[in-house]
Amino acid sequence: MGGLIKSSIARKVAMALSGLFLVFFLLQHFTINFTSIFSADVFNELSHFMGTNPVVQFALQPVLIFGVIFHFVMGFVLELKNRNARAVKYAKYSGGANASWVSRNMIYSGLVILAFLGLHFYDFWVPEIVHKYIEFAPEDPTRYYPELLHKFVSPVRTGLYALSFVFLALHLWHGFASSFQSVGFNNKYSVGATKFAKAFSIVIPLGFIIIALVLHLNHNH
Amino acid sequence: MNLTLKIWRQKDAKSQGKIVDYPISGIEDDMSFLEMLDVLNEELINKGEEPVVFDHDCREGICGTCSLQINGQPHGPDRLITVCQLHMRSFKDGDTIFIEPFRAKAFPVIKDLMIDRSAFDRIQQAGGYISVNTSGNTVDANAIPIEKEKADDAFAAATCIGCGACVAACKNASAMLFTSAKVSQFALLPQGQVEATNRVLAMVNQMDEEGFGNCTNTGACEIECPKGISLENIARMNREYLKASLKG
Ligand code: HEM
Ligand code: SF4
Ligand code: FES
Repeated sequence: MGGLIKSSIARKVAMALSGLFLVFFLLQHFTINFTSIFSADVFNELSHFMGTNPVVQFALQPVLIFGVIFHFVMGFVLELKNRNARAVKYAKYSGGANASWVSRNMIYSGLVILAFLGLHFYDFWVPEIVHKYIEFAPEDPTRYYPELLHKFVSPVRTGLYALSFVFLALHLWHGFASSFQSVGFNNKYSVGATKFAKAFSIVIPLGFIIIALVLHLNHNH
Repeated sequence: MNLTLKIWRQKDAKSQGKIVDYPISGIEDDMSFLEMLDVLNEELINKGEEPVVFDHDCREGICGTCSLQINGQPHGPDRLITVCQLHMRSFKDGDTIFIEPFRAKAFPVIKDLMIDRSAFDRIQQAGGYISVNTSGNTVDANAIPIEKEKADDAFAAATCIGCGACVAACKNASAMLFTSAKVSQFALLPQGQVEATNRVLAMVNQMDEEGFGNCTNTGACEIECPKGISLENIARMNREYLKASLKG
């Protein structure tokens, strides 16, 4: 994938656009999850729509999967190229003196997110596919909320879920604002845009964590 | 003050180098860092050993020749200065100081602390110029009206001395700050418009061919640049590049 896009700036822009696309998706996902804590019916309705609408299923979903794969494969390609650009390492390198920890460790926050996505696919997506396209089980528009609650019964699962979102927050803390610079946006509005991006990177992952905790507690009551 | 220097010694481009320890004493606060190395070299020569090779020329922060990674930071711990402007008062008695060359695959070591930065020259040659008619009817640059803000930004970009600290600081050994400064100083001015499309494509292409890494916006370059070249230049170069790519 790195070979397809030859220039460093084209790769940078591709990385930013795929990242921004994922940010947009994250917001949409958050909105639906958010409904689950105050209305099982709304959550069921939205999930039923997302799970059965052909545009979502056969157009948006493949685009999303491509976007995720593109982003992390490109992330690995860039990481390898960048490591290679300094063959002999410094005996002493003070990275912390001039750049933030999160900005220097995007690959590690990314790897944690990738591990989480693996678990998430196994947890939600694989059962969905089996349910719909392998077992051809009849669609029950009220099944989503109980299925969701079931996933947050285990405190270990809920804890891992929360921890992953801490890493997502770290990834976005640098990544979201950084993507503006990558697409060439750096002007008098940048200070405001950066503040918005930093707020987003905390609020949305924290929101996901709160939802998980609420669902966990709801179930145990 | 008494210090322990840990200096990278490498016989030539092909040899493997290593860090060698040199205790040094009697260093004054007022000495510059390079004077301290001069003292060391004098001692080494008197003992019949090979002096440490390091690059320097103007010793007043304008030529961009000096280039040392000191305790893991290009041009040492202080901001907005080159190594030749660094003074020993920034260190204290008993310190251990690592002294290494700026490291990047595109900056091979020639000997000890001296590196080959001709990759920068080739990036510059790929497009860092403008067409000026010199056949007798040359227009005085000052006769062309330019907005103050743009003139200031172009001037600020042009203060890059090509030292390579941006590459040395970057965890990816990316040359985006240098290249973007060289692209910006022309992109902002009317004289630069003639070659604008080709310039940014050619310079970025050369930068990639030299084997520099990819920018991930850590911002280390801007912090370590002795001339305070701004990250805005990288954003501008990205815009110029996208514009030029669309034009073909
Ligand atoms: C699937 C695992 C992931 C991996 C391995 C990964 C890896 C990376 C790496 C290495 C970078 C730095 C590259 C660069 O700055 O050029 C990066 C940047 C970024 N990532 Fe991720 N990432 C992952 C998931 C995500 C997710 C889920 C989101 C959003 C919700 C995201 C959003 C971003 C953004 C916005 C950037 C900044 C791009 C830029 O600086 O222009 N990433 N990612
Ligand atoms: S941008 Fe700054 S650090 Fe990089 S070469 Fe120019 S003066 Fe040196
Ligand atoms: S020797 Fe000229 S800038 Fe340091």
